[in-house]
Amino acid sequence: MSAPFGYEAVKTEADAIKAAGGTAGAMYLAGGTTLLDLWKLGAMQPTKLIDVNALPYSQVSVASGTARLGAMARMSDAAADKDLATHFPVLTESLLLAASAQIRNMASLGGNLLQRPRSFTYRNPDPTATEADGRTDAIFGVSAKARAPHPSDFAVALTALDASVRLRRAAGERIVRIADFYREPGNEPQRLTTILPGELITGIEVPALPWARHSTYVKIRDRASYQFAIVSVAVALRIENGVVRESRVAAGGVGTRPWRLPLVEAALADKPAEVAGFEEAAAIAGEGAKTHELNAYKIELLKRTVVRACLKAAAIAG
Amino acid sequence: MPDSEPSASAGTSRRKFLGQMATLGGGVALAAEVAGAPVRKAERVIPPVPASYVPPGALDVTLKVNGENRALKLEARTTLLDALRETCGLTGTKKGCDHGACGACTVHVDGRRVLSCLTLAIAAQGREITTIEGIAKGDELHPVQKAFIECDGFQCGFCTPGQIMSATACIKEGHTGSEEEIQEWMSGNLCRCGAYPNIIDAIKLAAPKSKA
Repeated sequence: MSAPFGYEAVKTEADAIKAAGGTAGAMYLAGGTTLLDLWKLGAMQPTKLIDVNALPYSQVSVASGTARLGAMARMSDAAADKDLATHFPVLTESLLLAASAQIRNMASLGGNLLQRPRSFTYRNPDPTATEADGRTDAIFGVSAKARAPHPSDFAVALTALDASVRLRRAAGERIVRIADFYREPGNEPQRLTTILPGELITGIEVPALPWARHSTYVKIRDRASYQFAIVSVAVALRIENGVVRESRVAAGGVGTRPWRLPLVEAALADKPAEVAGFEEAAAIAGEGAKTHELNAYKIELLKRTVVRACLKAAAIAG
Repeated sequence: MPDSEPSASAGTSRRKFLGQMATLGGGVALAAEVAGAPVRKAERVIPPVPASYVPPGALDVTLKVNGENRALKLEARTTLLDALRETCGLTGTKKGCDHGACGACTVHVDGRRVLSCLTLAIAAQGREITTIEGIAKGDELHPVQKAFIECDGFQCGFCTPGQIMSATACIKEGHTGSEEEIQEWMSGNLCRCGAYPNIIDAIKLAAPKSKA
C-alpha cells in the first residue's frame, strides 16, 4: 500500500480552508478519481486529505442564460441537466464523452479541471524512467519537459465558452477566467493551473451566450469510448442567412493546456456555413504547432475535426 | 453473517480452499526438499493476515454493506475495495487494475455505480453500499445474474461481478435503448476474454425484467 495519510471530513468552506492551511502536504479530496490513482502510483503524496464532499457546492443551474456549476457537482449530474444541455450542448457532450459512467458518477467538476498530465514519466514510479517521442504528444504549448496533452474534455468546452472559475482561500474569493486559470507548463510540467496552495475551487460560471445553443463537442479517440482524446474540438457558431457571423473554437488533445484557436475563429467570420467555408477556415488550425515525426498527423486531424465539428454545429443551427 | 463468504456450494468456500492450498504448498515444498527433489524457489507464499490484526493508527469506520452495518478498524488510506475484500470478507468485488481503468471493482454507493478502488472506505461512511453479494433475494438470483448465466455472458468470470453491478445500474439509468447505447454506457467495464456480445445480450434480456 502506498504511504499513509491523515483524513478530515469538513462541512464548511471555512473549515476546509483552515484544515488545508494548517498542514503541509494537505490536499482536498472530492471524487478522488485522480488523487487516489496518482497516490497509488506515488506521483501525489498527500500527508492529509481534507474531504470536501459535504460542502454545499453541488448545484447545476442556468438562469438568465448564465450557467452556474458547483465545484462538487458530479460530471454525471451536470451531464443530466436538461437546461445545461439546451443552452450549452457543448458542455453536456464534453462531459458525456469523457471517462466512464462510474467515473462520471464520482468525479467532481472542480476536480475535473485539476486533472494531471497523462505523462509516462509522471505516472511511472521509476524515477529513472525517460520519455521518448510519442504519437499522443501535444503539438501546442510544448516544452522540453512538458509534452502530454491536457486530459480534460470539459475544460476544452469551458475554454470555448470563456467560462470563469470561482476560487476561495483564507484571503478571500477570486474569480479567474479559464484562459488565466490554465498555464503552459514550461519547466514545471505538473503545474498546469494558476491555483494557489490551499485554494479551493467552489464553482464554475459560464456567461450567457445565446448562440451557444448551436454548439458541439467532437472527440476523436483510439477506441470508440472510454479513452482520452487524440484530438477534440469544441465549437459554437452564430449563423445568419447561411453565413457564419461569430464563432468559438477550442481544441483538446493537442495542447499542454486547453487550446483556444482564435485564428480559426477569425477565419470563420463571414464564411458560408458549409464544407468549403469550414475547410478554408480550418486550414490555419495548425499555425504555431511544434511537431515531430510521430505526432505530426495531429495537424491534419485537427483541421478535419474542426470541419466536422463546424458541420455538426451548423446542422444544429439548421 | 460477518466474515463469511456466500459460497456456491456447501462446505468449503473457494477462498478458504485457496488459503488452505497456500498453506499446504509450503508443507509440500518442504517435504520435497527433504527428499532431494527440485524446489521452485520463485514461489512466494504470503501468509494470510489474521482476522484480528488491526494496523497501527486504525480508525473506527462503520460501513453499511448490503443493508448490514459493520464496525471496522481501518486506516484512512484503506480503499472501499480493500475494506470489502480484506476486512469484510466480501471477495465478490474484484481487484483488477486498482486504478480506475477496468471496472472490475464496480459497486453501488447510494444507488449509483462507482469504482470501489478509487473510493476511500472512510469517505463511504453513512452511505448505502451494495456489492454483488447483495443483489440476489435469498436464493433467487437477480434478473441480471440470471441473464448472464442464460446468455453465457462470461468466460473466466473475473470481470463478471463488476459487469453485473454496472449492468444493473445501466438498466436503472435507462441506457439500454440500443446495442450501441449499451456499449457506450458499459464501456467502463473491460472484459479481457472478450465476452462483450454475450454481455450485451444478457443486458438486453434482463432490461425489461429488472427496472428496479
